Amino acid sequence: MSSIQEVQDEIVSEFEILGDDKESTIYYIMELGGSLEEFPDQERIEENTIKGCQSKVWLIADEKDGKVHFQADSNTDITKGLISLLLRVLNYRSPEEIIKAELDFVERIGMGSIIGSQRSNGFASMIKQIKLYALAIQTKQNA
Amino acid sequence: MGIEIEKIRGLFPVLHQEVHGKPLIYFDNAATTQKPQAVLDALTNYYEKDNSNIHRGAHALADRATRYFEEARETIQHFINARESAEVIFTKGTTESINLVASTFGRKFIEKGDEIIISTLEHHSNIVPWQMLCEEKGAILKIIPINDAGEILFDEFEKLLSAKTKLVSIVHASNALGTINPVKKVIAAAHAVGAKVLLDGAQSTSHLTIDVQDLDCDFMAFSAHKLYGPTGLGVLYGKREVLESMPPYQGGGEMIKEVTFEKTTYNEIPFKFEAGTPNIGDVIAFKAAIDFINQIGKETIKAHEDELLSYASEQLSQIKGFFPVGTAAEKVSVLSFNINAMHPYDVGMMLDANGIAVRTGHHCTQPLMKRLGLEGTVRASFSVYNSKSEIEKLAEGVSRIARIKNK
Repeated sequence: MSSIQEVQDEIVSEFEILGDDKESTIYYIMELGGSLEEFPDQERIEENTIKGCQSKVWLIADEKDGKVHFQADSNTDITKGLISLLLRVLNYRSPEEIIKAELDFVERIGMGSIIGSQRSNGFASMIKQIKLYALAIQTKQNA
Repeated sequence: MGIEIEKIRGLFPVLHQEVHGKPLIYFDNAATTQKPQAVLDALTNYYEKDNSNIHRGAHALADRATRYFEEARETIQHFINARESAEVIFTKGTTESINLVASTFGRKFIEKGDEIIISTLEHHSNIVPWQMLCEEKGAILKIIPINDAGEILFDEFEKLLSAKTKLVSIVHASNALGTINPVKKVIAAAHAVGAKVLLDGAQSTSHLTIDVQDLDCDFMAFSAHKLYGPTGLGVLYGKREVLESMPPYQGGGEMIKEVTFEKTTYNEIPFKFEAGTPNIGDVIAFKAAIDFINQIGKETIKAHEDELLSYASEQLSQIKGFFPVGTAAEKVSVLSFNINAMHPYDVGMMLDANGIAVRTGHHCTQPLMKRLGLEGTVRASFSVYNSKSEIEKLAEGVSRIARIKNK
């Protein structure tokens, strides 16, 4: 498995290929959403939504072989694409790796100017929730 | 005479820019309109030459500023055909105007068991102040239902009216759908049971000729920034006798006649409702905005906007997956729509990538969206400076976006 840094570098180079054309960048993000694994219907509930997102985002996590397994979904394709980017970097990693992860790709691809400030706040909420899940699982592992 | 579009566009500096490498197409006019150079000049002129606190100043600058400020009030009086300028009160915006009525008229005249009627089409700013008032007073909020086209059901409205009805507060033109309500009929029916009527004119004032005497509304609330004027400024029109019957809104300077520690007497209208130093510069600039509208003429503006709306409806209807939201017979130039299987946020963001500014979401009308069974819409709203070629670009953009999910 590639390291967190290697995956981030991959993402950055993919976005570099897209260049400055905003429309193709958004198309690309929307397409990425298709790669998310099927989200269980029964988990599409209020308790699993991320607060601070304009669109609806559901995120759940469980432990698999000591690693954190995330599943997520959204009612908008762009948001789905954004979560899939985060999960590509952070899914199936140890809680410690996730908690310590520095997500420099966000700035390197210029996420703020791609998605705008309101969505950027939502994106920050997603990262925070992912880390909180990792922390909860780590606490359970150490108990 | 029609609109000389290039000449008008030349008056709006903000329109001449690129967004994401594409020429800006601004279709978010229902949220706020852009400002002509004359408004920007009026603002800077005021701060460069006349800045001074108004009323009671014993010097030339104060005198000039007061004169311009009160001239603006008169311009607005004529713009809505109020009987006198004292019936024009300056506020922060439509929202504050409505809240002013809720906290003064409401405080004095609404009692336990009284009823206030609003419609399903209302913006949150014409829902929440009444909910707060009803909760405080034990009054009841009644809602006029709508049909699927987004028109109020007048028969149902009549059934809601009774001797208990104290106030009907209704939107003149819907911000989310564009529906123009039959407000003259609504006002007459409400008056027949002795109720007062507030019109939310936030959208209608920029598109329709307004005559508050002919409409016979008791109050009308609107915002300067949707009328090519500055943000942070609004108007509450009220009939003199109604305004005089109401207690003041906020306490402070300007609104008093005489203050002693034992008792304070209040100033005449409009000053009774304008505590503190008002938004002088913006009021003066607002006059320039109204002058701009008057120079072109409301009828000419309306004809142009109607043409844009019907052209847009015609162009977009041909797109597979497009469906309009709000198909009332009478509409201002607002086109709300969705694309089959696509979230409005995604559509809005893709349009933005094409330099096209629209609004997406619930448009501060969540109960309306719930009634329509929608999470939100994409809203394109047209103004005096928009052109048919911009609408063609919108149609091209929407068509390309719709194809992603509607092959």
